[in-house]
Amino acid sequence: MVSDIVTVFWRDWIVLKRRLPKFILSRMVAPMLYLVAFGWGLGRNIQIGSGSYIDFLVPGIMALNSMNISYNSLTPLCTERIYHKSIGEYIIAPMRPVAFIIGKIMAAVLRGLISSGIILLLAFAFGARMNITVTYIGVLILNCIIFAEVGFFAALSMDSYEELSQVNTYILLPMSFLCGTFFTTSALPDFIRIIVELLPLTHTSYLLRGIAVQSPVAWESVAVLLLYAIIGFILGRKAYNNQLK
Amino acid sequence: MITIEGLVKEFRVKNRDKKYIIKKAVDNLSLQVSKGEIFGLLGPNGAGKTTTIRMMTMEMQPTSGKILYAGRTSEADALAIKEMIGVVPQNINFDNDLTVGENMELHARLHHMPKNQRKQRIADMLDFVELSNTVNLMPRTLSGGMKRRLLIARALIHNPSILFMDEPTVALDPQVRRKIWDLIRSLAANGTTVILTTHYIEEAEALCDRVAIVNEGRLIALDTPEAFCQRMGKIAVEWDSPEGRQYRFFDTRKEAAVFAGELEHSAHIRRSNLEDAFIELTDREEGM
Ligand SMILES: Nc1ncnc2c1ncn2[C@@H]1O[C@H](COP(=O)(O)OP(=O)(O)OP(=O)(O)O)[C@@H](O)[C@H]1O
Ligand SMILES: [Mg+2]
Repeated sequence: MVSDIVTVFWRDWIVLKRRLPKFILSRMVAPMLYLVAFGWGLGRNIQIGSGSYIDFLVPGIMALNSMNISYNSLTPLCTERIYHKSIGEYIIAPMRPVAFIIGKIMAAVLRGLISSGIILLLAFAFGARMNITVTYIGVLILNCIIFAEVGFFAALSMDSYEELSQVNTYILLPMSFLCGTFFTTSALPDFIRIIVELLPLTHTSYLLRGIAVQSPVAWESVAVLLLYAIIGFILGRKAYNNQLK
Repeated sequence: MITIEGLVKEFRVKNRDKKYIIKKAVDNLSLQVSKGEIFGLLGPNGAGKTTTIRMMTMEMQPTSGKILYAGRTSEADALAIKEMIGVVPQNINFDNDLTVGENMELHARLHHMPKNQRKQRIADMLDFVELSNTVNLMPRTLSGGMKRRLLIARALIHNPSILFMDEPTVALDPQVRRKIWDLIRSLAANGTTVILTTHYIEEAEALCDRVAIVNEGRLIALDTPEAFCQRMGKIAVEWDSPEGRQYRFFDTRKEAAVFAGELEHSAHIRRSNLEDAFIELTDREEGM
């Protein structure tokens, strides 16, 4: 089982390693723009609570970026499944499906963490100050796991790349902006706020922001994220099984 | 020994009005394959050969029916059975983000080959299919036939004792095809069970110990290639008429010659072959 997870991870690592410089460079673009536009440009005139807007902003960008990167790490599975059919190699292999899922998720988490590291460096360069702890990294990993699972499920369930990009447009993009990333959810009208506050990304944003300013960890939010991770895993397992139908 | 009993596969397919219809691809198929046998699955396009193989290799769950490997069911002992299986799929399915060598290594790792054996074995297999110089290339840069050779090499890396080959020699040049035939024979001689499909009937005739002919998901006939020819009549008379090519089969050359002599058209007398049997048995009513 462990060796199978390593094999699945190894494959993604080989592919990532070959493109590492390109990967790092391209992953810098979006967060850099957010930091410049909202943090540096817009944010210089905004004061939120005690700190500066950029200190408020960075955890939000960390959350939405790790979501996007880990989700998009696994969407290529869709073409591998429909077009190249290379998933067949795993299906005929003497390997448990969970080994495949875990290996893929680990690879996505790695990508998510690499790009998060890049943002942290950028943020510090932009003059942000924050407190990073083990729990902070733990929450980040949990967030990566959840959205890697969403990517896994979508890639194995959608019938085309077109449908897959709709998940991006209708689910991930709105979440990127609304889930407490750029402003607090209290600014939203009630009925939207309630929905938004149920979403995992909102919990991640608030957890990261809380830890960054050294306030006590909201463990009930961690529990919510764990619940999402478990549900995501079960859905992923189901989607894999559907390949055998 | 591999036994399949009452195997059925139904697909749910969406038609134009977005309604689901049930399509039966394999219909109550039962057969047995012995260890070391070369077993051919023959049938026209869409007969259900690939679907049958994919159920046997556990890529796909049957709608109903049983698959037993030496008495063990595919559900209960899936992992142990998969360890023994090698598959040459009908469709080329390389990982296009990995090089040829990495594709081979992925396969070796997935089949739990010890690290110290992997490299040598991969080199040997690539050498056998004459693709050693492609190790560092991406699979998409290979020619069609080279890709198919690579599929065969990959399937053999982990020394499977049961080999499924779905149209293994499609697109191969005659020399390579003969080489693959020799390989299949020597594998079987060493105890490997080979289950193959092909549209080259002469290939099945040359290789297979037994042949199953399937059509529309059902088993129509199962026998040795020789027995199929016997059944038809050993001698074939073949001639062209305005309605197209015609055949007639006879038990002796003498009877055939008498018949041919009475024809208005000039006729060709030859030994009957498996292809004759195949066409007789799977003849489509509408005449294509
Ligand atoms: N995934 C699928 N979904 C729906 N129908 C399918 C699917 N796979 C196969 N079929 C149908 O099942 C039937 C059998 O297909 P199969 O691929 O097993 O045929 P085959 O004997 O291998 O044909 P060929 O010689 O062309 O390879 C066909 O009618 C095909 O359309
Ligand atoms: Mg087929």
